[in-house]
Amino acid sequence: MALDDAFEAREFKVVGTRPIRPDGIDKVTGRARFGADASASGMLHGAILRSPHPHARITSIDTSRAESHPSVKAIVTRDDFAKELSGEDWNVLENVMAGERVLYDGHAVAAIAATSVLAAKEALALIDVVYDPLPFVTDVDEAMRPDAPVVREGVADESVPEGMNPNVVRYHENGHGDVDIGFAKADLVIEKTFKTEAAHQGYIEPHACLAQLGADGNGELWCCTQGHFVAARICARLLGIDASQLRVTASEIGGGFGGKTTVFIEPVALALSRKSNRPVKIVMSREEVFRATGPTSSASMDVKIGMRKDGRITAAEGEFRLQGGAFPNAPMEFAAMAAFAPYDLEHVRSKGWDVLCNRPKQAAYRAPGSPMGAFAVESVIDELCNKLGLDPIEVRIQNGSKEGSRAAFGPRFKRIGLIETLEAARAHPHYRAPLKPGQGRGLSCGFWFNHSGETSVTLSLSYDGTVSLAVGTPDIGGSRASMCQMAAEELGIPFDRVRTTIADTGSLGYNDVSHGSRVTYASGLATIKAARDTIQKCCARAAEEWGIDPEAVVWEDGCAKPSGHNAGDFEPMSLAEIAANMGDTGGPISGHFEATPTGAGVSFATHIVDAEVDRETGAAKVTRYTVVQDAGKAIHPSYVEGQFQGGAVQGIGWALNEEYVYGDDGRLQNAGFLDYRIPVASDLPFIDTVIVEVPNPGHPYGVRGVGETSICPPLAAIANAVSNAAGVRMTHLPMSPPRLLKAMQEAGIG
Amino acid sequence: MKMMHVTTSINGDPTEFLCDPRETMLDVLRDRLNLTGAKEGCGTGDCGACSIILGGEVICACLMLAAEAEGQDIETVEGMANDENLHPLQKKFLEHAALQCGICTPGILVAAKALLEKTNNPTETEVRYWLAGNLCRCTGYDKIVRAVMDAAEEMRSL
Amino acid sequence: MVEVVLWASLRRLADDRESVEVDAETVKDVLKGLVEQYPALRPHLLDRGVSVSVDGQMVTSGWNEKISANSEVVLLQRIKGG
Repeated sequence: MALDDAFEAREFKVVGTRPIRPDGIDKVTGRARFGADASASGMLHGAILRSPHPHARITSIDTSRAESHPSVKAIVTRDDFAKELSGEDWNVLENVMAGERVLYDGHAVAAIAATSVLAAKEALALIDVVYDPLPFVTDVDEAMRPDAPVVREGVADESVPEGMNPNVVRYHENGHGDVDIGFAKADLVIEKTFKTEAAHQGYIEPHACLAQLGADGNGELWCCTQGHFVAARICARLLGIDASQLRVTASEIGGGFGGKTTVFIEPVALALSRKSNRPVKIVMSREEVFRATGPTSSASMDVKIGMRKDGRITAAEGEFRLQGGAFPNAPMEFAAMAAFAPYDLEHVRSKGWDVLCNRPKQAAYRAPGSPMGAFAVESVIDELCNKLGLDPIEVRIQNGSKEGSRAAFGPRFKRIGLIETLEAARAHPHYRAPLKPGQGRGLSCGFWFNHSGETSVTLSLSYDGTVSLAVGTPDIGGSRASMCQMAAEELGIPFDRVRTTIADTGSLGYNDVSHGSRVTYASGLATIKAARDTIQKCCARAAEEWGIDPEAVVWEDGCAKPSGHNAGDFEPMSLAEIAANMGDTGGPISGHFEATPTGAGVSFATHIVDAEVDRETGAAKVTRYTVVQDAGKAIHPSYVEGQFQGGAVQGIGWALNEEYVYGDDGRLQNAGFLDYRIPVASDLPFIDTVIVEVPNPGHPYGVRGVGETSICPPLAAIANAVSNAAGVRMTHLPMSPPRLLKAMQEAGIG
Repeated sequence: MKMMHVTTSINGDPTEFLCDPRETMLDVLRDRLNLTGAKEGCGTGDCGACSIILGGEVICACLMLAAEAEGQDIETVEGMANDENLHPLQKKFLEHAALQCGICTPGILVAAKALLEKTNNPTETEVRYWLAGNLCRCTGYDKIVRAVMDAAEEMRSL
Repeated sequence: MVEVVLWASLRRLADDRESVEVDAETVKDVLKGLVEQYPALRPHLLDRGVSVSVDGQMVTSGWNEKISANSEVVLLQRIKGG
């Protein structure tokens, strides 16, 4: 297949510099408007009643006492949403508002709109729900047992072998070669079982929205989302209205990390608004965010790897069991596919199981599935290196995937930069720095696919020669700056002559969500192409003015110029000059690009971690951290470094502290930042970064997505560092003090 | 519940408001006074996104009842810049790219300002412990700590 | 004819074959051809959706992408992200 957007090496003027982000002043002065910062006249406030049971039949819901509360203007239950949905639409609706049964602690049952937040919350207590509690299960291994309580019948698809518990809903297998032959050739085979607990994306901004929907089906929605076009599509289906009748505006978004790729409160606010005929605002509490929005899956995994004395891996096998709450689609296939991707293996087999539990519906979290799989695989490789006395970087270079390697998940890689990250890690002073007593060093590689998705961009000229760029991918981490840079680069104008806006769903073609590390790749590619479309139109205007053939005009340094002496002798015509006359030379000038690009390049990273362990308390601390990752081409290096650092630190949290803790009653025990402890500044060292640039052949500038790969190596790298410091292999994350202390005591250490 | 009348000062502006006795300072700032710079990340004093300065001390506005503002001096992120001139912390946060999504930024700026008013030469460790009550999920704090230390250096040279 | 590689757990639905030859000029032809030969693949390929790797490029929804006879075509679970 032709790469129609192929990489071309070039010198950059704007790309690769570090300008101040265009939304910067709004963000440091408090002016930026996030999800909860909007209001409307006549606005009501919504609140949601949630299940106290992990699993129960809803016998009855009596709203009559709440209805008689003077401040209450509308109440909705499942009856107020579309009927006859199927597939993932039904799953989303069932999660947004329970039907016949509640499936987890925190599952929404009914919602109220009232004249104040306090009144809405007060009135929730007046809704009388009668529950018939049912048996429940919250652990992935327990849920797979034949006699485990069944979360939902009839969910399993055709991939699941017969005879399994109905909680097992999907099966995946990939690989090639014959692992038995491979293991027979190994000098040492290590097989271990690993567990990771569910972690929440932990964005600091709770979900918030402001909705207005009339009886005519015309609506407006303001919300913090990673994808307002997708939100419009889902909300329209859940409410039985036309997608184009619902205009969705993405607010500034206070973090997402995958957790804001779907909807939770938005359809509820719309339903309350339709019923009350007034604008309705809903803002989740932090407790609701933990109990009822998607954490990542928890995982249970077996990994077996065989290695020769010289370090060559002869065979690798893994089984990855992920629970995704009471709904299908835990990302077990990505765990299975990504886990062995860094290695060029002759014999490899990977299996995945998707399992239901009485927990909230998992939502994507940064490279869904990959960090857990990497933890298991890279821990076993570390153990093999330790036992065989081999250097962990040399072994990874020896076995590492390169261009032409057949990935464990099937295809042959195009140009990739794994080896380059390993070589840069080996050359980094961190790798040779001496460790203090009680410290250990860990290393890991990580992989993510990266995604492209539907993308639309419009670039419009203003009369003064400045540029307005409309993109449809919400800016979570500074992407408007990168878009301005790429447009300025193509057009040959300064960075500050471009303003990038996240257009609402009524103002631009469809766009997939800001996920899959796709924004700088896909919206960036579309921006470049829209700029080139604009340039072509500008050149045509110049050609007509000069009376020469449009093909005889070239674009250089922000000006149309005759392509050579034969084309004619004319003064260059600048973008500003062409824009100033556009009304009289053919009308307004805009460039467009709409496509689903196919060249999102995969990406790899290598992380080095030093950790120390307090043998009395079991507390582990990261003392030094270096991220080396292939970015393809860093458009704005500061924000690329920021993605590397943020991913690493989220990994530190997941590896050392963060976990969903369920009690014997099936209820979440730690639904708050006090007990669900994400890393704080005093837990951490500076996070060193090395940006490796091996161009992605599928992007004009070589860009690879960077947001997700950064969270793939940390779990393993930290576990390897802590295990090496503690003297015991840690196989269960997070390595919280009690868990680490117990492991050391059982191993007779301390 | 009967509303209370409160007279206070916010960013130097004399301010009066009516509030429900159950409302927090954060509720009133955001919902009654339209000062939405302070954010609610948790409502329990764990995340620091609602940090404000009350009588010179940094506090979580979600843990303060609005009625307690009577006769007090309150500073919020909206009062940090001196007209069109950004505070050195604000400038350094932009230069260092010390924010990604920006939701924690107002709280961190306010908390850091309180730190630099106590000491103009904090160590990295002091900055990290001072900001330990302000959660950021995007940045890993690296560029935030660097920006605060750089701002301190600039303020020392002023 | 184009050789299309199936992931392991799909093979059970296609006579345990690791790869299947289909007459295809586009990604759409690949999916249609597979479902014609092995109707049991329909729910996964057409209802739920897949990604198709063509010479190492990931096609998630560009069904009209062209394929040549010597292209490496590998079916993958539909790629998403966070």
